[in-house]
Amino acid sequence: MELIELRDIHKTYYLGEVDLPVLKGVSLNVSRGELVALMGVSGSGKSTLMNILGCLDHPTSGEYFLDSQEVSPLTARERARLRNRTIGFVFQSFNLLPRTTALENVLMPLTYTREDLSEQQMKQRAAELLRKVGLADRIDHLPSQLSGGEQQRVAVARSLVNQPRLLLADEPTGNLDSRTSEELLQMFQQINSAEGITIILVTHDPGVAKHAQRVIHIKDGLIENGTRQPKPGDAA
Amino acid sequence: MRFYITMKTALGALRRNVMRTLLTTLGIVIGVAAVISMMEIGNGTTIAIQRTMASIGANTLVIVPGAVSISGVNQGSGSRTTLTPQDADAISKECPAVRNVAPIVRARTQIVYGNRNWVPTYIYGTTPSFLQVREWTDLDRGEAFTEHDVRNSSKVCMIGQTIVSELFSGQSPIGREVRIRNVAFKVIGVLQRKGANVMGMDQDDILLAPWTTIKYRVVASSLANANQSSTNTANSTEVNTLNQIYPNIQQNLYPVPSDTEQADSPKPIRFANVDQILTAAQSGGQIPSAIEQITMLLRERHHLRAVDVNDFNVRDMTEIAKAMSSTTELITKLLLCVAMISLVVGGVGIMNIMLVSVTERTREIGLRMAVGAEPGDILRQFLTEAVVLCLLGGTLGIMLGRGSSYIVSAVLHWPTAVSVGAIVAAVVVSASVGVIFGFYPAWKASRLDPIEALRYE
Repeated sequence: MELIELRDIHKTYYLGEVDLPVLKGVSLNVSRGELVALMGVSGSGKSTLMNILGCLDHPTSGEYFLDSQEVSPLTARERARLRNRTIGFVFQSFNLLPRTTALENVLMPLTYTREDLSEQQMKQRAAELLRKVGLADRIDHLPSQLSGGEQQRVAVARSLVNQPRLLLADEPTGNLDSRTSEELLQMFQQINSAEGITIILVTHDPGVAKHAQRVIHIKDGLIENGTRQPKPGDAA
Repeated sequence: MRFYITMKTALGALRRNVMRTLLTTLGIVIGVAAVISMMEIGNGTTIAIQRTMASIGANTLVIVPGAVSISGVNQGSGSRTTLTPQDADAISKECPAVRNVAPIVRARTQIVYGNRNWVPTYIYGTTPSFLQVREWTDLDRGEAFTEHDVRNSSKVCMIGQTIVSELFSGQSPIGREVRIRNVAFKVIGVLQRKGANVMGMDQDDILLAPWTTIKYRVVASSLANANQSSTNTANSTEVNTLNQIYPNIQQNLYPVPSDTEQADSPKPIRFANVDQILTAAQSGGQIPSAIEQITMLLRERHHLRAVDVNDFNVRDMTEIAKAMSSTTELITKLLLCVAMISLVVGGVGIMNIMLVSVTERTREIGLRMAVGAEPGDILRQFLTEAVVLCLLGGTLGIMLGRGSSYIVSAVLHWPTAVSVGAIVAAVVVSASVGVIFGFYPAWKASRLDPIEALRYE
């Protein structure tokens, strides 16, 4: 069953007189439970595509079905709710709230969920996730007291707090050294296989891409190659 | 629950940068403190001004008898003899808007001490409450006469500073005797200097004595011979052509009845009248109701029918009262202006910092939006921060303002009065300043594009 279905997505930026087409007809399917790498050099349109996939932006034309729901006609408010409930984000620069504990950072998205969770339940859920990413003893630490790898793991815990169906990671290892990168990517694989959460890794690093089951290359606003590559060691 | 979370987020954000929060609040703190202390010092000043005005006589009401016409010739205000000391007592008992009442009997004659003499502008026979009515209770020396002296028609008096310098030239007059129409009065008190009144009349040129003494011993229209006023005992000076030369000689134009004759012709009992009644209203605002109460009471006491005109007049100090109310109003308006300016300045400070804060936290806003904050959530969060800042500032400002006005009153001895109204207004205004000046930055934050915001460096 397809989680993501893009049909002929165009995105054009209008910069005054000049029209700048960034996406020129992207069609793409991603199934539930896939671990996909989205690769491309900078300027290829991969960030724009990722923004559209993450419902932060809407396409100029084309259709985007997320979980069989047409996303394009949604208002900013509805898209905010959709992001909150179904998508988790991990950024290259972590984007943790400064001077705020790891726990508070993780439960922050929950405060925007229109769901009657008590503060206690929120804290429990956040603490549980921090334990899962191996930061059980760092719950009350501030971002400035954490290493880069630890900060990114807090960010991963934050992205998972609302039990999303899709996790979008934008250059998640861009600011990490190779060893912590490897740990993080293994964590992604583990989350993907254990929880069945669909993950899209946006990267320009082939070393990162090889952790994915499928690599999608994007070049000049078009998908070059979207075939599945069964990976060695991937039992599924 | 939603409100709780918003509040918690706002407080968290403010706590993250304590120094900036405090500095931002400082504008509102100073604004509100200025409002509170200005209002309190201003209130005190107003009270002090009212007190000063009252000592000029702003709250004073003078009740004078009406006029009579004799053979078509109107004798002018006060020529009727309708006011009695009992009227004065009734006013002080039954008119709640009246603070003090003093009946007055006037005389104008020579007073003598040793080889010097003088004619004071005012010789008033009255009661001790005259001093309260005129706000003159602090004596320079000695003491005031008492109600007891009034009942006994004691021959005691208090004199003003002008008489002291004219008759005693520097010696202490306490315990000495001055003679008024050959009646010796013992000086028991000296009044403080009051200066001239607005008409230029010297108010220190005054002698105060019990009204019974002045009436029965000096003006000499006693109860016993009061009916002889019609035969000119009291007014004999008007026709006595020799009184310029011998002012103390009472010349009877008519034969004095012998004791037998007096016994043969019993006189109608006549009340003792006073020349005027001086009263003070409780406050400037109560003057109209005091006039109304006095008029009602005196009409009833004088048995006037609905068709009859008043046989008395109640006069207020319109000019002074007007000056007082306009001064008070002016001070209030001035303080309001100061208050508005300082609060607006504080509000602009809040707006500035909130705008800086929005710019500085662009990435945070982007992140919050990415993880599902709706524009309304962002708006609410920043608005809450601004309002919390302002209320915090308001609270600190109230304390600072109370403190500074306390210090001002303690150190500079300026009068201050706690103004509950100012405190309530300061809280309301600082909260609305938060909403008004916090709205634009918050709205700006809520309009940010999450993609741009996340990319912002």
